[in-house]
Amino acid sequence: METFFFVFVATFALGTALAMVLSKNTVNSALFLILHMLSVSGFYLSLNAQFLAVIQILVYAGAIMVLFLFVIMVLNMDEDEQIVTKVDFKQIFAVLVTVIVLAQLLYIVGNFTGALPDFSQQELMAIGTVEAIGDEMFTTFLLPFEATAILLTAAVVGAMLLAQKNVNVEDEIE
Amino acid sequence: MEIINDLLLFLPATIVAIGGLTVMMLDGYKARSRTIYTTTMVFLGIALGVASWDLLMQAPELIFSDMAGAGGTAAFGTFIVVFGTFFTVILTHDYLIGVKHNFPQVYPLLMFCTFGMIVLATANDLVTVFVGLETMSVCLYALAGIIRDKRLGVESALKYFVMGAFSTGFFLYGITLLYGATGSTSLPEIGAYTDGGLIYWGGVSLLLVAFMFKVSAVPFHMWTPDVYTGSPTTITAYMSTAGKTASFVALVLILDRAMPFIATELTATFSIIALLTMILGNAVAMVQDNVKRMLAYSSIAHVGYLFVGLAAGSVAGYSAVLFYLLAYTFMNVGAFGVVAYYEKNHDVHFNNVESYAGLGYQRPIMGVLLSIFLFSLAGIPISAGFNAKYLVFSAGIEAGLVSLVVVGVLASAASAYYYLRVMVYLYFREGKESVSLIEPKKVYSFSLVFLALLTLYFGVVPGGVTEMIYGYFSDSMLTATAP
Amino acid sequence: MLEAYLPIFVLLGIALFLAIVLAILSRVIGPYRPSATKLRPYESGMDPVGDAKERYSISFYMVAMEFIVFDLEIIFIYPWAVRYKELGLGTFFAVMVFILILTLGLIYTLKKESKNFQISKSTN
Repeated sequence: METFFFVFVATFALGTALAMVLSKNTVNSALFLILHMLSVSGFYLSLNAQFLAVIQILVYAGAIMVLFLFVIMVLNMDEDEQIVTKVDFKQIFAVLVTVIVLAQLLYIVGNFTGALPDFSQQELMAIGTVEAIGDEMFTTFLLPFEATAILLTAAVVGAMLLAQKNVNVEDEIE
Repeated sequence: MEIINDLLLFLPATIVAIGGLTVMMLDGYKARSRTIYTTTMVFLGIALGVASWDLLMQAPELIFSDMAGAGGTAAFGTFIVVFGTFFTVILTHDYLIGVKHNFPQVYPLLMFCTFGMIVLATANDLVTVFVGLETMSVCLYALAGIIRDKRLGVESALKYFVMGAFSTGFFLYGITLLYGATGSTSLPEIGAYTDGGLIYWGGVSLLLVAFMFKVSAVPFHMWTPDVYTGSPTTITAYMSTAGKTASFVALVLILDRAMPFIATELTATFSIIALLTMILGNAVAMVQDNVKRMLAYSSIAHVGYLFVGLAAGSVAGYSAVLFYLLAYTFMNVGAFGVVAYYEKNHDVHFNNVESYAGLGYQRPIMGVLLSIFLFSLAGIPISAGFNAKYLVFSAGIEAGLVSLVVVGVLASAASAYYYLRVMVYLYFREGKESVSLIEPKKVYSFSLVFLALLTLYFGVVPGGVTEMIYGYFSDSMLTATAP
Repeated sequence: MLEAYLPIFVLLGIALFLAIVLAILSRVIGPYRPSATKLRPYESGMDPVGDAKERYSISFYMVAMEFIVFDLEIIFIYPWAVRYKELGLGTFFAVMVFILILTLGLIYTLKKESKNFQISKSTN
């Protein structure tokens, strides 16, 4: 059952990732990315990370993708503009980074240091749940939690500052 | 209750955050910009008072279930950040009115940014470090782009944002790898882990690279000159003093708490970074005609001196870095303040060194102040800058980095050329056209005079402060392992 | 362990199945009579000229920003809601502070945003 599930999700993830990269239309790419994120959340489920799976769908497939689509609409690129034909420095760099990340991931999988505590299946089930994360987040991580509120508010105010219509202000005479 | 105690120890940050929200709502309900400014100053004043009290009275302690610290280095970092912000807001208000960009959103953003810096400077856990760093950066990206009708302003914001987001990626990746290797994000727990594998070193290097991006050490400095030139001048002062202080304090804490056992291994890396940063920063600063850009490169050079202290990897080195940050805050906010004053009278980009010709006699006080700040930046004796450099370099000598320190001293001597060049223009060149400078506001000149006095004071009697800083590291792992 | 999530997969399966079947059914069963008239604009309508894709105003982007902020809030509220009883009153206040800060941000945006939209109305 688990093997079957994994193979299914992995194939789906690879297929959608490829389709996303190869698709010529940016909107189609974005939609394939949503499917890809769904399959990633399937991975999380099979790793017992229930909370992450939910967040992956809610935040990535939901919010982040909305942002992507908005950016695509705001930029409004012509379809023939994005067909890259010649290999340039950026692509070489991208391939290089991808290879490095891949090699490093393979290394980590191959040489697991065992620094992380060894958990049994049952314990793993308990750790990934929403309940366990809730218990940690509001006790140990209270300060970063509250600081995040300020971070989000600051992001909104900053966006308001940059997106407003007028570029100049005359101050009132004092 | 424990939470009340924690909040009391975290009071400066709390006050600044509440202040930021208050100012934000005042702007939402269309308060006059004068009201917004005054409210900001009131909150910052209270926070500065509490921060000073913490600095002098509070013993080091960990709060919020070891997520952050209070007292000691945390109080020191908080004090510099709030102090820098206090004076930045005074200067910024006047400057932005002068260049007609006094958006009310600037004040809540400055407050949120300060909150992020305090969180960053007090953090004791990589999660807290990250949240603080991001809060600070997000606000700075927006603040860098206030002057949107000038191309340089837009370039500045965009470059800063792209490079900042890039380095954030490095930082997160570093945290992930470190967590994978050590099983914790808490700094002392990472520090307790001694046998490093490739994953551990990968995490350490990514984390350090991210920090080098943030503090603009060569070869990760590319964004700095453009961002510093394009941002509003007083915001540049803010980024280069408070922002750098927060990042450096966090870096020192990470090195001291999370990596005490690899301090010696990191010496070579930091030495190379310090060498490159000092040479490149000073060499390029020499050929700049734009004063703001010159100060940007000079700030890169100063990062080089700071890295000498980090390379020393000793308590002396780390405390020298902290003292340097204090001195640098005084003199750099001051120098940018005078530059902003000259600029405000004319165009936003009235920064060419030739346009400074003869300005020294027009408003003598401003000329003298700029000279004091530049002397201090150059590291000429009886200024805070001299003592700071002396401490950093002597820590380097103690750690046996003689050749690095020799290069540092030479680079520092060479830096006098470009600082003094500005003064030559101020006093010994005739201006081509007569430029009239309006009288600076009283509060503007008073704050600059105050900063100049502090610069001179810490040039004469640095003793008490350096001993106080030294005491922060009394329970450091380094003292136990030092030869 | 995956069996625990079986209901979700069943739901997913049904949704997928229905979507595909309904799409095919409407194609097969529904009448399909294309004609030139159907392609013309409605009465008093305009002939479509130019590209339908236009640059959107940055104001719409602000709405997306706001949506993201509150979507991220879910991450924090969701575990709290699940553990509401166990976490107690202290956490209740902590989360209320969190929500309060974000709500202030929302009020601020609404105040500012309405001003921005008004400007665009009067200038156009």
